[in-house]
Amino acid sequence: MSDREQFCTFHLGQLFLGVRVQDVQEVIRYQDLTRVPLAPATVRGLINLRGQIVTAIDLRKRFGLPDRSAESLPMNVVVRTDDGPVSLLVDEIGDVLEVSGDLWEAPPETLSDDARALVRGVYKLEGRLLLELDGVRALEPVAAS
Amino acid sequence: MSEMDEAIREFLVESYENLDRLDTEMVVLEEKPEDKETLASIFRTIHTIKGTCGFLGYSKLESVAHVGESLLSRLRDGKLRINDPITSALLAMVDAVRRMLSEIEASGSDGAGDYTELVQKLTALQEGGDGVAKVPSGLPKITPAPTPAPATKPDAAATASSAAPAAAAGTSQPTGPVEEADLEAADGESERIGQVLLAQGKITQADIDAALVAQGSGDPRRLGEILVERAALHSREVVEALHAQNETRGTAGVADTNIRVDVGLLDRLMNLVGELVLARNQVLQFSNALDDSALAATTQRLNLVTTELQEHVMKTRMQPIGNVWSKFPRVVRDVSKSCGKDVRVEMEGKDTELDKTIIEAIKDPLTHIVRNSVDHGIETPELRRAAGKSAQGVLRMRAYHEGGQVNIEIADDGAGIHTDRVKAKALERNLITPEQAARLSERELVNLIFLPGFSTAAKVTNVSGRGVGMDVVKTNIEKIGGTVDVSSERGKGTTLKIKIPLTLAIIPALVVSCAKDRYAIPQVNLLELVRLEGDEIQREIEDLHGAPVYRLRGRLLPLVHLDRALRLSDASDRTQVVNIVVLQADERQFGLIVDEINDTEEIVVKPLGKQLKSIEAFAGATIMGDGRVALILDVLGIAQRAHVISSTRETGKIEAESKGTHQANERSTLLLFRSGADRRMAIPLSDVARLEEFQRSQLEFAGDGQVVQYRGEILPLLELARLLGWPPSEERDPLQVVVYSRQGRSIGLVVEQILDIVEEDVVLQKRSRREGTLGSAVIQERVTDLLDVEGVLRMHAPGFFEEAALEGARS
Repeated sequence: MSDREQFCTFHLGQLFLGVRVQDVQEVIRYQDLTRVPLAPATVRGLINLRGQIVTAIDLRKRFGLPDRSAESLPMNVVVRTDDGPVSLLVDEIGDVLEVSGDLWEAPPETLSDDARALVRGVYKLEGRLLLELDGVRALEPVAAS
Repeated sequence: MSEMDEAIREFLVESYENLDRLDTEMVVLEEKPEDKETLASIFRTIHTIKGTCGFLGYSKLESVAHVGESLLSRLRDGKLRINDPITSALLAMVDAVRRMLSEIEASGSDGAGDYTELVQKLTALQEGGDGVAKVPSGLPKITPAPTPAPATKPDAAATASSAAPAAAAGTSQPTGPVEEADLEAADGESERIGQVLLAQGKITQADIDAALVAQGSGDPRRLGEILVERAALHSREVVEALHAQNETRGTAGVADTNIRVDVGLLDRLMNLVGELVLARNQVLQFSNALDDSALAATTQRLNLVTTELQEHVMKTRMQPIGNVWSKFPRVVRDVSKSCGKDVRVEMEGKDTELDKTIIEAIKDPLTHIVRNSVDHGIETPELRRAAGKSAQGVLRMRAYHEGGQVNIEIADDGAGIHTDRVKAKALERNLITPEQAARLSERELVNLIFLPGFSTAAKVTNVSGRGVGMDVVKTNIEKIGGTVDVSSERGKGTTLKIKIPLTLAIIPALVVSCAKDRYAIPQVNLLELVRLEGDEIQREIEDLHGAPVYRLRGRLLPLVHLDRALRLSDASDRTQVVNIVVLQADERQFGLIVDEINDTEEIVVKPLGKQLKSIEAFAGATIMGDGRVALILDVLGIAQRAHVISSTRETGKIEAESKGTHQANERSTLLLFRSGADRRMAIPLSDVARLEEFQRSQLEFAGDGQVVQYRGEILPLLELARLLGWPPSEERDPLQVVVYSRQGRSIGLVVEQILDIVEEDVVLQKRSRREGTLGSAVIQERVTDLLDVEGVLRMHAPGFFEEAALEGARS
């Protein structure tokens, strides 16, 4: 685990999260969303990504966080999946960080169940912790509202 | 190496194509053994395969093809006549070749299969014909350089010798004894070389005639040679003419004007055109907003070009249905041989074109239907003769365009479907209840064959009847947005009718708004639009205990609020306008109430991600002109959500067709009425065409029944209470009449009083054996009998259904 890995980082409420750069297709600003009635609560809607229709998953909903205020628009982190690209809606985009595997540790037991299921591990950076997002789990739907 | 791979791949693709054609031609040949052209074509195909595989080093394949070719060459020379064993052996050879080709595709070698027996059989057959000992070798016609006269210069001879076989067989690797065959193959065509030379002004018609006369009187040489000699034609000119001839043939056929394109590439092109269509829609909107004439003109041009481009790219993906059909004569032959039947295939509309993806999707269902028709539909020759029909059965396939859809009919002139047997089988397998069975019409019974787990075959044959049956056919066809329907007449035959869309990628759709979002509704499902304004809304939309209905030309149309169906909470301010989109879903009609109707538009269907696939209300999504995404409604899914049709498809089907049969616990909308003094009764609202009132003074008599004049027709009336043997109540005026319609025929049921319309989970408490009712249920805390409309009518108006059926057949 001493390899260095690059993470595309972003903020979600108090959380500082990261996805491996190779899983990220692109990062784009807020896009108009078309809501999908009857969809799972985590699905905020559909965006038009240069002609491709991409499902946008609200990570706040996924992490059980309160909705963001009406005036703050989420950013899209578009990740690649076997089923085509999916967008993760996050609060703010951070830098791309290169971190050393030495800093990795499994998430502590005390983390809430919701969050534990979505976090692969924690990188202990200087002054802050970077949570590695489990990209597959994050896309799983939760029951419709 | 990669070049070699490329060559092998091309060889495979080409050979598969040729083999498919071969199957058909072989069957044609069996019917018309004298058809020289078909023989020549078969010969060429096998020859091409043989030549190419020799070149590529597949010796086993080459040896099998070689004996086949030899046999064919004797047939073509008229030394042998085609007969059943020969056809079978040749088909076996085709199969062997096919098997080896797939081996090559899979493993790169022509496999470990042993074909010596086949080779021996083929060899024996070609010798058996007229006692001539061996494969033709040393026959007088063998000449190393075919067409030009011996005097040709060496290089010209070389060109000619390769040009002629190429013209004949489209290949470049003639080996040893085959050259004779090449020559002969070219023979049939070579007469036309005269035409080519004539057109080039090199010779006159007289030259040709003379040469032909010479040939006719026994000159063994070929036309070119004779011409060279007689017309003092230079042999180079003949060679050139041969090239020209080759090219002409290419134009007429496929060689030079067609190229092979990877389907993946076409799919990408299609996607790109989809993008372009979307971008065009966006530009159109900008242009409309900007009001700039130069921009408008350019946009208009863009619009036209895009539309045309879209059409043409769609065309590239279109294939004639004949591509799938071509294998059916062979399938029919095999199946009919194996079950001792004699079946002729007739095809109409082979050129009808369909999108490639759809062609792929219908291939298996069609094959299944064809096999079924031959196996179960058409009788053995003995039975047919006994029934006074010709011994040979006919399977008729017909395809044609109609209203943006393709219709495919597969009809046999066999025994038809035994509805009694169908019924018994369905009961045995618990697919329907006895109550349902009793009420199903012939036509409905026939359609039971589409239920899962159904197989009519009295005995399981290796052809069909293995339980995986017509339900799979139906599912597969419905998957691509098609429908399938079967009709059958005892003793006359069975017809399956399939309707499928032309293409799936770009469809016309109606765009509507609901709760400030836009939704697209595929136009296939759209019947009409109804707009109600002002006090019409109050008057025309009747709210029946929470189930709104609208009288559409006298018929009750259940209404569904789209916002409620989608659980959209936004309380859209109800304006003074109600827009009803009348839709068709699985035989049922319903009205979808939307906020606004925007426009019709060509939309590009895009799939939804897997997080959303399970939502049955949506068929996909599309991108609108302004770049925003809109969802495409799945009309069937919406109907199911709104309980317009019941949630499970199959029971829904039976439900819809059995009209009046109700399974326990089915939530349904019922019309409650009183009959006699105090009987509460209910019938499904779906059975009710209209509710009417008639004055007693309007009553007239026809025959021994009461009738009224109604909408220019005579409506017979049945007094329900009397029919059911209940005490008549006071004479009411006016009469309350429930109008029941079936296939254009109507009948009026006189009831005491219309009470209500309710949507209830109907639990039949007591199944009734008493005629006229299906049983009793508690509805609105009162015991209510469910009227068995069909049963009553069959009993008391026996003519009604037959006439209705006639009427239906006429319309």
